[in-house]
Amino acid sequence: MIAEIGQLLLSLAFAASLVIGLQHLWGLRRVAAPGVDLAAANRILGTTAFLTFVLVAASFGLLATLFMGSDFSVLNVAENSNTLLPLQYKFAATWGSHEGSFLLWNLMLCGWTAAVALASNALAAGYRARVLTLLLVLQAFFLLFLLSSSNPFERLLPAVAEGRDLNPLLQDPFMVIHPPMLYMGYVGFAVAFAFAVAALMEGRLDPTWARWSRPWANAAWSFLTIGILLGSWWAYRELGWGGWWFWDPVENASLMPWLAGTALIHSLAVTDKRDALKSWTILLSLVAFALSLLGTFLVRSGVLTSVHAFATDPKRGIFILSMLMLIVGASLVLYALRTRDIGLGGRFGKVSRESFLLANNVLMSAALGAVMLGTLYPLFAEVLSGRKMSVGPPYFEAVFVPLLLPAAYLMAVAPNLRWKESTLPAVLRPMLLPTLAALLLATAAVLWLGPFKWLTVLGLTGALILAWGTADHARRQLAKLSTNGDSGSLGARAGKLGASYWGMVIAHLGVAAFVAGVSMVKSYEFERDLVMKPAETVQVGSNRITFIGVDQGSGPNYATQHGVFELTEGEGKVIYLMEPQKRMYQAGRQVMTEAAIDYGMFRDVYVSLGEPVEPKPGEAASDQGWSVRIYVKPFMAWVWIACLMMAIGGGTTLFDRRYRLRRAAAPATDAASASSPAQA
Amino acid sequence: MIKSPTRRKRLLWIVAIAVAVVATAWGVIRAFNDNMVFFYTPTQVLAGEAPSGRSVRIGGMVETGSVQREGLTISFRMTDLKHSVPVSYTGVLPDLFREGKGAVAQGELKSGVFSASEILAKHDENYMPPKLGKDAK
Repeated sequence: MIAEIGQLLLSLAFAASLVIGLQHLWGLRRVAAPGVDLAAANRILGTTAFLTFVLVAASFGLLATLFMGSDFSVLNVAENSNTLLPLQYKFAATWGSHEGSFLLWNLMLCGWTAAVALASNALAAGYRARVLTLLLVLQAFFLLFLLSSSNPFERLLPAVAEGRDLNPLLQDPFMVIHPPMLYMGYVGFAVAFAFAVAALMEGRLDPTWARWSRPWANAAWSFLTIGILLGSWWAYRELGWGGWWFWDPVENASLMPWLAGTALIHSLAVTDKRDALKSWTILLSLVAFALSLLGTFLVRSGVLTSVHAFATDPKRGIFILSMLMLIVGASLVLYALRTRDIGLGGRFGKVSRESFLLANNVLMSAALGAVMLGTLYPLFAEVLSGRKMSVGPPYFEAVFVPLLLPAAYLMAVAPNLRWKESTLPAVLRPMLLPTLAALLLATAAVLWLGPFKWLTVLGLTGALILAWGTADHARRQLAKLSTNGDSGSLGARAGKLGASYWGMVIAHLGVAAFVAGVSMVKSYEFERDLVMKPAETVQVGSNRITFIGVDQGSGPNYATQHGVFELTEGEGKVIYLMEPQKRMYQAGRQVMTEAAIDYGMFRDVYVSLGEPVEPKPGEAASDQGWSVRIYVKPFMAWVWIACLMMAIGGGTTLFDRRYRLRRAAAPATDAASASSPAQA
Repeated sequence: MIKSPTRRKRLLWIVAIAVAVVATAWGVIRAFNDNMVFFYTPTQVLAGEAPSGRSVRIGGMVETGSVQREGLTISFRMTDLKHSVPVSYTGVLPDLFREGKGAVAQGELKSGVFSASEILAKHDENYMPPKLGKDAK
């Protein structure tokens, strides 16, 4: 019964989105929409947004209930859950399947739409109506997909006695949080997309358009950053391969919208502050969401085989692909028709903050193109020529470093640039000494750590001057306020610079930490595969690892072989007891490796168990040796902290006073905006 | 033809940007070509279709009963049910590597033996048996 109600709620949400969305799309199709009562339209659209969100949320709650209660008469539950599964994973299994994860995707979309409806009262009435209409139409599309080819409530009759289990790879605390965060990010770009398409429909860009769009794009970008961070960290902990980024197509699928989103939030800054780069910003808004859809298509269609691709069903792939074509195609056609009306916007000098932000955009786009080539070309090649091929990490590393390391250098001097026009000496002079100092420091560090590599020096120098340039600019801004007669406390002066500014500072310091972390881990990590016998000790860097032995244990739904290693430093001081595991999950008989990691600010030590090695004739069974993989990863923690800082920086900008829309202007414009969306 | 200095300057910029774009594209494509890894079946390898001296991937099933271990070094035969190729690898294997299951090896063919630098076991094909629903019906 619960399953049927859940399905009914979804159908109602679909019907409401479809009818109200299409009706208003038709009503508002012309730039001027005479005869449309915008106030009434907004009321209906707002109500529908809330209503569909409540319906889909309730439906999601019912699916979660089915999972928690292990109702194996529902196909989705029978395939992805098991009575032995711990409760938190029963809950997380709700989005552990294609169907469930797509329901989550829809829930997020409805959530964003409801949030827009809630926070957009101050927008011009005609514009707000168009944004909400577009979001409702998107909802209708995706709910249709969910109901027609991925129904999460499909019955299995007769019911089975026991479910198949959640893929053991997904039985991890991160399963609870990684997919929701990632989806919040993916789907969040739908808002910036709707803002851009609504502007194209009106054929004009309100001067405050970018200010409305910015917080939404920043929020989506921050969620996506967190989602990618969690996915990467998960792979690092769980897969037992010691890597944190494999350039796997699924990872690339999330990296592409992230790169487009990064370009977008910077381009939006230019449009917001200087009313420049307008067409480009609009295009990026479309592209960021298109890439989110492409990511969904790649991951969910079964085109790619990976941990994330669920059972292949060509119908789904074709549906998502045609939806992608329709949405992207329609919006690009609209863009081509209307971009002239929007215009490029303000002009700026070759050396200016605008031009540097544009350069950042160009580098991001180039990196995006390179990732896309590496991800999609093998798929096309296989379809066209029937030859299977792939490009590995060496390709991506070879193109990413020369494309994105310069961005760090540009970012270091960027704060010194003025809007519109600057001179090179004014920009570079304050950075001259710091750059020299950073270069010396980095060279000394690399010489001391040995083997000398120029790339490491360049990476560390970039990180140092970026951190310095960002922090020093903040210091000078604070000092400038007090010399200009502001006698407020440090906190008060910091407040005057605005949340947006501090968000930028935090995020850019995060990028500096990221560049430093990646330079160190890529240059100085090392890996050893070896066979160890109990009581054997191996020296790794300044640490020693002693193998104590392996014993048997059991968890809630698995049996485990539990390894014990002592990590010691210096004169035999035990600093960490490392306990990697080899788990055998009962339901599906799969084996999973759980690595043991000693986290540190400056290095991680990572041990994972391989397999027992058969003893040689004459050896005692107690001397059972194991194959063991040991990694030392310097500065690994910096990568995680860096991504967290970027996300926090993006989140901080949301508190900027400038984004708090003034309600006062709204009522007066309601009447006027039927013919011309007012200047809210 | 080009009269005003501003026009000449603009042209210069356009040329400079075009050169930068072409150079970047060339660099990316070269990196792409250098790092392309093609996939072959054991039958293709035995027919001599796989190039030597270049990293390739071979894929198929790990032949049942062919796995031999010595310390960290493992040797087995990769089969596509028609032909099989001997493979050797040194290191820790992925969790899903099993006799009779699918695997992909990346490496080079050296005097008849495929010397793998990396073994990838296919997660999905192992994990996802045919749809439960169809079985139950």
